[in-house]
Amino acid sequence: MAGNDFARNTTLRSPLGRVRGLGSAKGGTHHWWMQRVTSIALLPLTLWFALSAASLAGAPYEVTRDWIAQPLNAVLLLAAIGLTFHHTAAGMQVIIEDYANQEWVKVGAILAIKAICWLLAIASALAVLRIAV
Amino acid sequence: MSIMQDSREATMIGRKSDGTPIRRPLSPHLQVYDMFQLTSALSIAGRITGAAWTAGLVVLVWWLVATASGPGAYAGVSWFLSSWLGVLGMFGLTAAAWFHTLNGVRHLAWDAGYGYAIPTTYKSGWAVLIGTAVMTVLTWVIAIIAWAN
Repeated sequence: MAGNDFARNTTLRSPLGRVRGLGSAKGGTHHWWMQRVTSIALLPLTLWFALSAASLAGAPYEVTRDWIAQPLNAVLLLAAIGLTFHHTAAGMQVIIEDYANQEWVKVGAILAIKAICWLLAIASALAVLRIAV
Repeated sequence: MSIMQDSREATMIGRKSDGTPIRRPLSPHLQVYDMFQLTSALSIAGRITGAAWTAGLVVLVWWLVATASGPGAYAGVSWFLSSWLGVLGMFGLTAAAWFHTLNGVRHLAWDAGYGYAIPTTYKSGWAVLIGTAVMTVLTWVIAIIAWAN
């Protein structure tokens, strides 16, 4: 149907909407999907961590350090740290996108959240590795 | 048209039948909507508990970094966690974490296409609340037994 305006413009988005760049063509599906993937992975990890952390309540320094140093615990902690901060950054981004009504506030806040999550994740992982390695 | 400062404008601008731009009226929303139905209250709580957990993660990072730093720093985080503010904060965080986790399972079921019937959403909502209470108490029973030893 070359030359047919109707066939070439089979989109429900108006030309104005397309040039504004406010559509969903920004990897939104991947963001949504990774939230689900990380949440599924975090289900068993959260159960394990919450009950383990509870059993460490009031524990002396050596007991807590030795618990983190155990290889299985260290591996699961590193997995939990990576997944948790990915999930947190993704969730906080959605909250910011919903409530920030100024573009610069939105972009600035999302970048700040990403920076804080990266730094806290690296600090946590380094702490686990210092103890376990 | 100038660059939009507020992206919500994109859905607010329409045209009259003669082609002139018009700002669409808002339909009544928060003024008339009962936000304390179980379904909507749990939806809002899901977001609040997620944000609360984000804040609680800072304590987790502190705990890990302090343990890596040595006995002195560990004594600091232990002091905070055994203070009334620490215990209260951790209790709130435990409840928020279990709620967010169990409500997350409910959301995953919805994502898979299950549980959309209105009576089912109420049943699963109550299940999340009861599950949160059970898991919070269980976590703290374990914590109190561990603490006492």
